[in-house]
Amino acid sequence: MCYHLVMNTQKNTQTPADTPSTACLADVDVAVIGGGVVGCAVARRMSLEGASVVLIEKAADILDGASKGNSAILHTGFDAPPDSLEHQCVRRGYEEYLTICKKMNLPVRPTGAMVTAWTQEEEDRFEAILAKGKKNGIEDLRLLSRKEILDREPAMAGHVRAAILVPGESIVDPWSAPLAYLKQSVMNGGQALFNARVIGGEFDGKRWTLETVRGQVKAGLVINAAGLYGDRVEADVRGSSFFTIKPRKGQFVVFDKAASKLLSSIVLPVPTARTKGIVLFPTIFGNLVVGPTAEEQESRSNASVDRAILKELQAQAIAKIPGLKDMPVTTTYAGIRPATEESPYRVAHDPDQNWITLGGIRSTGLTGALGIARHTAELARECGLSFTALESPKTPTMPNLAQDLPRDFNTPGYEEIVCHCEMVTQREIQAAMEGELPAGSLSGLKRRTRATMGRCQGFYCSARLAELTRNQFASPLGMEIKGGDHE
Amino acid sequence: MNKALETGNCDVAVVGAGPTGLAAATYLKNKGVQNVLVLDREAEAGGIPRHCGHPPFGLLEYKRIMSGPAYARALTRTALDAGVDIALKTSVTGLEPDGRLTLATPDGSGTLTARRVLLATGARETPRAARFVPGQRKLGITTTGALQSMVHLKEMIPFKSPVIVGSERVSFSALFTCRMAGVNPVAMVEEGAKPSVWRPFCHLGRLAGAPLFIQSEILDISGDGDRVESIRIRDARGWEHKIPCDGIIFTGQFTPDSALARMAGFKLDPNTGAPVTDKTGRCSDPAYFAAGNLLPPTNMSMNCWRQGRKIAKQILKDLNAG
Repeated sequence: MCYHLVMNTQKNTQTPADTPSTACLADVDVAVIGGGVVGCAVARRMSLEGASVVLIEKAADILDGASKGNSAILHTGFDAPPDSLEHQCVRRGYEEYLTICKKMNLPVRPTGAMVTAWTQEEEDRFEAILAKGKKNGIEDLRLLSRKEILDREPAMAGHVRAAILVPGESIVDPWSAPLAYLKQSVMNGGQALFNARVIGGEFDGKRWTLETVRGQVKAGLVINAAGLYGDRVEADVRGSSFFTIKPRKGQFVVFDKAASKLLSSIVLPVPTARTKGIVLFPTIFGNLVVGPTAEEQESRSNASVDRAILKELQAQAIAKIPGLKDMPVTTTYAGIRPATEESPYRVAHDPDQNWITLGGIRSTGLTGALGIARHTAELARECGLSFTALESPKTPTMPNLAQDLPRDFNTPGYEEIVCHCEMVTQREIQAAMEGELPAGSLSGLKRRTRATMGRCQGFYCSARLAELTRNQFASPLGMEIKGGDHE
Repeated sequence: MNKALETGNCDVAVVGAGPTGLAAATYLKNKGVQNVLVLDREAEAGGIPRHCGHPPFGLLEYKRIMSGPAYARALTRTALDAGVDIALKTSVTGLEPDGRLTLATPDGSGTLTARRVLLATGARETPRAARFVPGQRKLGITTTGALQSMVHLKEMIPFKSPVIVGSERVSFSALFTCRMAGVNPVAMVEEGAKPSVWRPFCHLGRLAGAPLFIQSEILDISGDGDRVESIRIRDARGWEHKIPCDGIIFTGQFTPDSALARMAGFKLDPNTGAPVTDKTGRCSDPAYFAAGNLLPPTNMSMNCWRQGRKIAKQILKDLNAG
């Protein structure tokens, strides 16, 4: 038998040239740097406000940095620093999400959260948490006794002492939401540039010319939402940064879907000054997750997991929910949060230079994004830009990926199920590779459809998926074998 | 549409059209059971042998040496000739009491009630993540099953110079598949402290030009781009090696595909994750039986075929008893 390898010709390959092109890729009112949840929400908001917008992303698809690995919780802001910008953005973001999610077909499950105390010391801090919640305008917090906790969550370990119930905390789809935001921007005239890392720029007193590896972008206002690379963008374009990113890694363990029977609400620990701590939470896709850790590291991209830490996370989860002992692990992942040397959001605007920085946005980014976007629109006006809001903007309707709502396979005519663990149809995969914002990478396709994200992690569906995504991505799942007397 | 699916009833429903399920269904049909329906979520019957390119298959069943795909076709043909109904692209989405199955098909969702159900959903390899293997998540990390289905069903390969992790029988099957597809494994890594039973076969790896690292520990998997670029291991002597590669095949560590039984709340063995069965193959829900590689240890197709018939005999007895 004889085989010859034939490499695919890849239509999505946009190899960054060493010398930047001077081609003008976009000439707009507003350029947003970074396609994370914040960048996507800001692009949407500015489009709705009537600005012409381009979003510039260095990766082949959105959500390639901090936004790809979070806890997918819609926070009420009960524990945010009172009177902070973060608190204000989380509140506004929370409200706006609930206003728009139905129309965009974005799921939200009001699971509620319980801040649980397992020691006397932890219980002693309840008073402060309750007071903070009240100050933050969350009126429905209430104390639960051990019995009340166990009535709500019968699988929880009996040594839980007490809890504060936060009824408004909810779970969402962390990838469909930002995609919907950017989609809405694009449907209303916005542009998105991928594989377009920003390497420099110049302000002529009125407008910016940004240099990307693919060419130039001209814009009246630049918004830096570059997340883990926010300080680098400041330095590369404006010469210096007023903050430094201190990457903080968080590892997670995802349990089998059968584990979701063991927990219906989010279980928060009593927080420390530095982090919200290890959380147990159900996902909208039907899994149960424990995490994240908080580990300082140098690398902004190395989201590696660690055997000892994963085991420790698993053990912590089992200590709180003993039934998890017999539950298989579906997967593990790590996310990197763009922490900085200070805890608050690093948001600033420079009206003289038409520049807005949205830096240091960590775990509240998913909820806060829509609020941050509203705040950004106000800052843009302070920078002297004036727009007329769209009267009847177009709104995208997203395909549902939430487990307990009708999925694509519930509608006949889907050809075949490709990913059996997550019940992803061929129709869904094809749709995700078409339209306004087609998947730019395999990971982008996975986030849009959930293909390969289930129990078998691609054991059964990799072959079919490789076939369906043939010639689609710069980094393909499979390459052709050609020739030979293959059966 | 299939008659049983239209009426929503049958005598015996078999979940999974691999060697176990097809053997059981054929046996039951030959013994005069009226409506025997095999359900499979794939577009083709035959199960795992469909993408096992290499012999030997079929020695016991057909008294000759066959390739996996030929064997899968033969089993399917035998079942159809016996009068077994096979519903393809039919996913069982839930197991309910009294043999009621919820189904999803491209033509619509529905239910099917069977007097007895045989679960023959087989086993799959444990993927990288569930093994808590450290390092980054990168493109090119796969299992033998994924590799073989890509090579044999789609004539595609996921990488050109992978590292094979494992030294079970299936690990050498992965090695064989690589060689015939023009893929050059750069090393075989045996995880864990216990030597493998398959040590005598290790020279096969060396013959294929892939050095073997025994009793090793994986320390890191890394890559700067989308794809894996290296694996770092510590070998039995405590020496570290960083092996450049563009893929990693996690082989073996078979785990029963018991998701349906687990979701339905059947009693499972906490050590293996397989449904607990009595000596007739009956699960904790009396309408359900289990057979084949859903019950460890994972076996060759011949043994699955044999066990499928054995449990079918028990199902027949049970049906006749009422």
